[in-house]
Amino acid sequence: MYDTPDTVDFHLNGQMVQVRPEVGERLSHSLRERLAAREVKVGCNAGDCGACTVLLDGQPVCACLVPTQRATGRRVETVAGLAARDPVALALSESFQDHQAAQCGICTPGMMMAATALLRVVPQPDAAQVQDALAGVLCRCTGYRKIIDAVVAAGQRDQAAHAVREGKPIPTGAVGQAIPRVDGKAKVAGTEAFGDDLAPAGALVVHVIRSPHPRASFTFGDLNAYLAAHPGLVTLLTAADVPGRNAFGVIPAYVDQPVFAETEARHRGEAVAAVIGHPDTMARFDPALFPIQWQPLPAVETVAAALADNAPLLHPNRAQNIMCGGVVRRGDADAALSRADIVVEAHFDSGFVEHAYIEPEAGYAVVKDGRVEVYACTQAPMMDLDSMAEILALPRAQIRIVPTAVGGGFGSKLDISLQPYLALGAIKTGKPVRMAYSRTESMQSTTKRHPSSIHLRIGAMNDGKLCGFDFQGDFNTGAYASWGPTVANRVPVHASGPYLIADYLARSRAIHTHNPSSGAFRGFGVPQSAIAQESLFDALADRLGMDALEFRILNALQNGQPTVCGQVFTQGVGIGACLTALRPAWAAAKADCAAFNAGNTTHKRGVGVAAGWYGCGNTSLPNPSTIKAGIRADGTIVLHQGATDIGQGSNTVISQIFATALGVSVHDVQRIGPDTDHTPDGGKTSASRQTFVSGNAAKRTAEALRHDILTRCNAAGDAALHLHNGVISVTDTAGTHDIDLTTLAPDAEGYVLRAEESYDPPTRPLDANGQGVPYAQFGYAAHLVVVEVDTELGLVRPLHFTAAHDVGRAINPLLVEGQVHGGIAQGLGMALMEEYIPGRTENLHDYLIPTIGDISPIDTIIIEEPDAHGPYGAKGLGEHVLIPTAPAILNAIRHATGVVMTRVPVTPSRLRAALKEAGYV
Amino acid sequence: MAYTAAKSLDEAFAVLAGSNVAIIAGGTDWFPQAGDRLTAKSLLDVNDLPGFRGITRTDAGWRIGAATRWADITAADLPPAFDGLKAVALQVGSIQIQNTGTVAGNLCNASPAADGVPPLLTLNARVELTSPAGTRILPLADFITGVRRTALQPGELVSAILVPHTTGARGGFLKLGGRAYLVISIAMVAALVRCDAGVITDIRVAVGSCSPVACRLPRVEAAYLGQPTAQLPPVDPDWLTDLTPISDLRASADYRRGAVARLIERVLRQITHAEDQRDV
Repeated sequence: MYDTPDTVDFHLNGQMVQVRPEVGERLSHSLRERLAAREVKVGCNAGDCGACTVLLDGQPVCACLVPTQRATGRRVETVAGLAARDPVALALSESFQDHQAAQCGICTPGMMMAATALLRVVPQPDAAQVQDALAGVLCRCTGYRKIIDAVVAAGQRDQAAHAVREGKPIPTGAVGQAIPRVDGKAKVAGTEAFGDDLAPAGALVVHVIRSPHPRASFTFGDLNAYLAAHPGLVTLLTAADVPGRNAFGVIPAYVDQPVFAETEARHRGEAVAAVIGHPDTMARFDPALFPIQWQPLPAVETVAAALADNAPLLHPNRAQNIMCGGVVRRGDADAALSRADIVVEAHFDSGFVEHAYIEPEAGYAVVKDGRVEVYACTQAPMMDLDSMAEILALPRAQIRIVPTAVGGGFGSKLDISLQPYLALGAIKTGKPVRMAYSRTESMQSTTKRHPSSIHLRIGAMNDGKLCGFDFQGDFNTGAYASWGPTVANRVPVHASGPYLIADYLARSRAIHTHNPSSGAFRGFGVPQSAIAQESLFDALADRLGMDALEFRILNALQNGQPTVCGQVFTQGVGIGACLTALRPAWAAAKADCAAFNAGNTTHKRGVGVAAGWYGCGNTSLPNPSTIKAGIRADGTIVLHQGATDIGQGSNTVISQIFATALGVSVHDVQRIGPDTDHTPDGGKTSASRQTFVSGNAAKRTAEALRHDILTRCNAAGDAALHLHNGVISVTDTAGTHDIDLTTLAPDAEGYVLRAEESYDPPTRPLDANGQGVPYAQFGYAAHLVVVEVDTELGLVRPLHFTAAHDVGRAINPLLVEGQVHGGIAQGLGMALMEEYIPGRTENLHDYLIPTIGDISPIDTIIIEEPDAHGPYGAKGLGEHVLIPTAPAILNAIRHATGVVMTRVPVTPSRLRAALKEAGYV
Repeated sequence: MAYTAAKSLDEAFAVLAGSNVAIIAGGTDWFPQAGDRLTAKSLLDVNDLPGFRGITRTDAGWRIGAATRWADITAADLPPAFDGLKAVALQVGSIQIQNTGTVAGNLCNASPAADGVPPLLTLNARVELTSPAGTRILPLADFITGVRRTALQPGELVSAILVPHTTGARGGFLKLGGRAYLVISIAMVAALVRCDAGVITDIRVAVGSCSPVACRLPRVEAAYLGQPTAQLPPVDPDWLTDLTPISDLRASADYRRGAVARLIERVLRQITHAEDQRDV
């Protein structure tokens, strides 16, 4: 038995509070669960991420590392308390909003606390001081530079500037305006509710039992006896409790991942059972006591082992462990390579990359009026609904999926994770059931970026024109399909890069291994193929004696030229504009590097450039989004927006598009959703499709609504709308017409006017050679980076990025910059430090992601080459932003040192070994 | 099971005499090791024990109480010999960790990558252990006995770190990691150097993350003793045979060996340069 805990009294945001913490209870837990201070976020429970930062007697601490008893008699401040009264924090909040320093918002409370502590001591900090002070908080979305800018600016904000800001008219949020995020205030104030922030008090807690082995069979002991012997446990779940199909997946032909493994676990961390109990019991739950016997079996953990003769098959119907492949063939690559004046060839490797969003998967489920409702972080609510209907064997109408705010996704939260455990638990117990993955559990069990093994040959003629391209890529797809087929399809389509290549062959294979599933991660395999292609382009330029940037410009795809799929865009191809925009920075950087290198022996600087392209939306598959809107009798405009905003900004972008097309201010639009009961299918947040596809649906919906309004009073197309007190005033050159909304009959949802429209990008299937129309639009990008290499220690420090992105039309330029910065940070991580190794890097101190000190200043150049299909000409951007980063860094290392790195991450150890081999002392 | 923030040594020893008791100071290592599950142990919190927090100057040297935070080191007015320890204090984890984590806890955790150990080795630090039987004092090198192992006996508490006075010397520290902040060291080097008229007259060098326990490098020290600071020789790999670096996910053994040599050269240049500036 446990002693009755002593009471602990402390000041929380100025109020005296009292709790009875358990022995060893973390202050973060007491604050969240006993004092409802859920603005304190938990990302790792190990002091690695800093999301839980609070001020203890004014000093920033990780609340997850402080026993609640240590708070006795002291002052605890959280962001919720600051938002209310602290003048420093108020200036900081405004500055965070103005700079869009919050994207998903999960790290924002921690950042705000660390920054407030700094500003109280150093009222006008410089960037370096901000970096030192905020270094304990990790962010995966922003690339940190906007956070640094926001804190520096908050320090410099004086009363006069504040007054000027107050006096300015509020921008309407028309397309093209860099307005703050429409949902930003809640993120900065800490009131945004993420996956673990909504569960009702006392909800039962789920713990999943997972395989400790990459491959093992198992047998359960006496589960009933176990349950009986542990009174605080309520029930158990195994495969036997799955009423429907014990399988899920994102591609109908490849639904292969069990909710619970039935006889054999195929990767470390695979679920085999779940235990549900009262929160107090589950806080002490020891999975080691669960009655299960494991029998480890020989595992294939690498692609080579999986392809070996007699290798065990993960799925009996997938011979040689090959799940699927993809091909694009155009012209005759072999013949072209034979006649090319110069051919370069190399092999490239990359490892697993972890998404490392700061919010681990979390949510709760409840049965209400005979329906099951799942509140969890997700990128794809309608796909969740489809999967849950199959797993639960329930009609879709019996299930409601309500996405919470998402603390970063980057592709992994497209797949379901804990939703089945929550729903099954809620149905079986009849009570609310909650779960939050531990950091280790999240890393062990959710999807990763595919490790790649790529062999590439590229030819060119002496005039610099490309001549032949032969690409073969093997992708380690892990135990289950997830988005592996998509990667296998997308890579051959994109591996050329945005260049004109007449003779082209690209083949890919997705190969199963006993590892976590590889799935969707910002770019779907294209960042890996871009490393190979863009690195070899520098090798070609070298051999040709050409400037690396001019070589790319010479070969850049232009309007009217066929892609490697034979698709011809007559408009909108913006890669040439991106590359030429880098010319001034390129010339300056080359001169600066030469000057620096002349005076330094151990440290060398180099500049690298790389390009990328990315097709927006599904590859040759239907990909519709639907948006609904209505106007109430009182004049309120409501936008039903089912596209999930995972921090990238779709709530803002879609609202701006909708408001512009309707002809109102974005501030007049009330937003609902996403919620499968209340919003039509906005599709999944992936493939850089929300601005393009859902944006178009929003535009069409607004246009339909506007058309209805104008028709009612026979007004001109350019009439101005003004909504007030139940009246729409429509003004054109003929005068003003009033539509009295109160005279119109409201429908079941209370709307007197409504519209609902869809958009599906026009694509056509690819034939056996990958020829066709895979995407209605591509976006284009080119990055330039200057790095400094410490040749003695193998350290690479990026000093400056210049990133040119063709976005067609920047709906919100600040959101564009935010995406660019965040993508560069992830690309930098992939290039220099990130490699997930199952069993060894399952936390955020062994798995390294960039910190606030690792991201150099970034200049973003926005290119607007309008696209005929995009809303107002806009193109997608989410994935383009990291594709060129890693190869640009590798090319800069090559320029600095002459050393060619063909494996990422380029850790100091690996680079130093290569430098030594190249003769560096 | 109970949580006791002991107010006296007698109270602490009474708790410690019970079964299944863990000692907690800053908690920055204790919580991650405890995992996500609530502990089944009683906790003895040593932070409020008299004399446990703070840095005091005595005739014999400096006393760093066992509950002294890294942030306390940063805030303290200490002689240049402590520059290496001060550099550690700004690089351990993050500000959040520095505000909570203790110097003594870093030693008790006995990680091969404990940043605090190399500079304290160069300061000839000793560890004061207190039990109902009295106190005993061990050289730091004898206190940490292996990976995650110390000479701390059941019923005993670390009460302080003792640093003898070192006159005229300056310390330095360099940490090598895979990212800018919040990083476990691939290798780190601390040094303490005294220069007289441009010649090294006293030198201590210690290296961490390259052996089960961080250690001094007598051969390196001997090689540099008496050298003119204007022309320091490069490190000869033969001087590093006391190190037994391993290959792990952070770096290869070979890399660590080479990097340590460069870090030693750099930290000595850094310290001697600062000394030269002082002389000017």
